[in-house]
Amino acid sequence: MKIFKKFIFFIIALIVLIAVLIINLKTGLRALNVIGFSFKEMALVLPPLFILLGLLDVWVPKEKMIRYMGEGSGIKGIILAIIIGSVAAGPLYAAFPVAASLMRKGVKFTNILIFIGAWSTTKVPMLLFEISALGARFAMTRLAIDIIGIIIIAYVLYVIVSKREVKELYYKAGNL
Amino acid sequence: MGQVFNYIFNGLLYLVCIVFLIISFSKSREKTKKSLIKAWKSFENILPLLLGVIFLVGILIAVLNTQVISKLIGSSSGFLGVLISSAIGAITLIPGFIAFPTAALLLENGGGYMQIAAFISSLMMVGIVTLPMEFKYFGKKISIARNILAFLFSFLVAFVISKVMEL
Repeated sequence: MKIFKKFIFFIIALIVLIAVLIINLKTGLRALNVIGFSFKEMALVLPPLFILLGLLDVWVPKEKMIRYMGEGSGIKGIILAIIIGSVAAGPLYAAFPVAASLMRKGVKFTNILIFIGAWSTTKVPMLLFEISALGARFAMTRLAIDIIGIIIIAYVLYVIVSKREVKELYYKAGNL
Repeated sequence: MGQVFNYIFNGLLYLVCIVFLIISFSKSREKTKKSLIKAWKSFENILPLLLGVIFLVGILIAVLNTQVISKLIGSSSGFLGVLISSAIGAITLIPGFIAFPTAALLLENGGGYMQIAAFISSLMMVGIVTLPMEFKYFGKKISIARNILAFLFSFLVAFVISKVMEL
């Protein structure tokens, strides 16, 4: 029963896929094709990512991470969060486990939100891609607004969310 | 072309990982083992949701292919176009190798920079399909608030980019 509950989302997705295959075979096959690609992407990106997170968990002392990215890390912490998010590879959902690791290491909440923002918008491989498709002017303008935007969004979220909720989140991250 | 950048970065990720693993192993076998167990545990933890997300994203991308997206966005301009663009971008997380060529195609077919910027921006920052995963790590309230803020922000991005591109 517990396993069923764990996989319920996947089971629903599977049923939808079967329905699509029945309704429109061509679309269903295209979906399978994309799913295959995503699996390949996942298989390429996730192993080194999770191993690096495991190493981070075990080797880097919490005090050190707090000094660089924790409370009172100031602008240094913000810049580090943007850099870590920008050099990342992989889709946004791969950023969430990284965020949990950062929580365990006592990284400041706004810096974690900035990291998530950077991962979604300022990733270097994506940016190079964007320049080749839409031009440097488009990409650089977007980059400039997004860097400001993700910092603002991070602080707005920080104001909205209560200290207690953040504490709970950090506590839960210990078990993820 | 864009795919090549991804492969280069992926290769670098492996390189960094292997170097650190070797250093870790030479320093402590025990700690390295512990790291790998932790890595596996956190992967196992996310796997069920990840499978669901990958399937749903695949279905959505198959339904919303390049033609459908350009038809939806291309046919309407102005604010409505921006609204539709960011709404499509918000539903799912489309990989760059589909998103950017789609955007370039839209541009060729007379789509405005404002719509394309709204599409790209909400595509990157807003993810409704991936919400279940975000809930797991950030809780419902923060995840929903983050996605709404990012959605609204994509309008601002659209506006600024359209102004800059007109210069």
